[in-house]
Amino acid sequence: MLSALTQLLVFQLSGEIVARGLALPIPGPVLGMLFLFVALILKGGPGHHLQTGSQHLLQHLSLLFVPAGTGIMVHFHRVSSEWLPLLLSLLISTAATLAVTALAMKLCLRPAAAPGERP
Amino acid sequence: MTQDIGQIWVYLSASPLLGLTITLLAYQGAYWIYQRSGCNPLANPVLIAVAALVLFLLGTETSYDTYFSGAQFVHFLLGPATVALAVPLYTQFRRVRAMWFPVLAGLVAGSLTAIVSAVTIGQLFGASKATQLSLAPKSVTTPIAMGIAERIGGIPSLTAVLVIVTGILGALGARWVFDILNCRDPAIRGFAIGVASHGIGTARAFQVNEQSGAFAALAMGLNGAFTALLVPLLAGWMQI
Repeated sequence: MLSALTQLLVFQLSGEIVARGLALPIPGPVLGMLFLFVALILKGGPGHHLQTGSQHLLQHLSLLFVPAGTGIMVHFHRVSSEWLPLLLSLLISTAATLAVTALAMKLCLRPAAAPGERP
Repeated sequence: MTQDIGQIWVYLSASPLLGLTITLLAYQGAYWIYQRSGCNPLANPVLIAVAALVLFLLGTETSYDTYFSGAQFVHFLLGPATVALAVPLYTQFRRVRAMWFPVLAGLVAGSLTAIVSAVTIGQLFGASKATQLSLAPKSVTTPIAMGIAERIGGIPSLTAVLVIVTGILGALGARWVFDILNCRDPAIRGFAIGVASHGIGTARAFQVNEQSGAFAALAMGLNGAFTALLVPLLAGWMQI
């Protein structure tokens, strides 16, 4: 776990340094994730420690959202005055995203499948 | 001499120990309820834990800042956890390389739709600027979404809640959308759920079908990275 956490923090730190250093708009940890992803491709996979360590960390990923989510108590006023645009935006946008993603993939899959190949 | 409860409370409420402990307790309790409900997406553990904590903090008149001085130790782990997402992303990436073209098309179309439609509808119905910026990354997994919101001037904690609600809506409603479109391919269904509703949708997809789950996990990772690149550019371009 210690070795995995160290590796993850090193990648996060390098992501943070590059993001700030080059004034990139991407969050540092996301850049760190991309660096690690490239490293995994170059290396041909994660080592044992990183594999199990990241599994442990991601197993209860939801717990890590709780402190930030609780911050909603500071924004009660905003949510209660803007509940309609928020609700409509989430409802319509989520349905539209599902539909557009599925349709785009369906469209691109069709030419690849020979006639009669798919039931 | 024993101290009375008031004095103990004064000590505890100023110490990070309390914020950290109640966070873990609330989550464990919420997770227990979630499992007892048969992993019903409506009983989302984050939602339950947040509701319990907000009630507790309001009831004890504890400020969010005081609470966060303890809870920040959990919050900090979001950074390394985001980096750790590279590991499952790598595993899924190898499995679905053969379908790279439809996957790429779905990712670009879905990601753009998620961001532009959320912001535009918000704008249309009179949401304020900060709210619009908080809506933009609502379809990606929370640590990334919060990072994006912070970067572009949204409100990270509002984004966190919007992300969770989006995940629940997607997990509950995806089946209807796919039925209307007559879309039965489990790979497509999984990928679309992953793009639209990140980890909560992915968890749901895994319950339905292993292949759907793998595609959802891939979609969640790809969309997180792609949206992080796209939103700052779009925010400038759409002039929100």
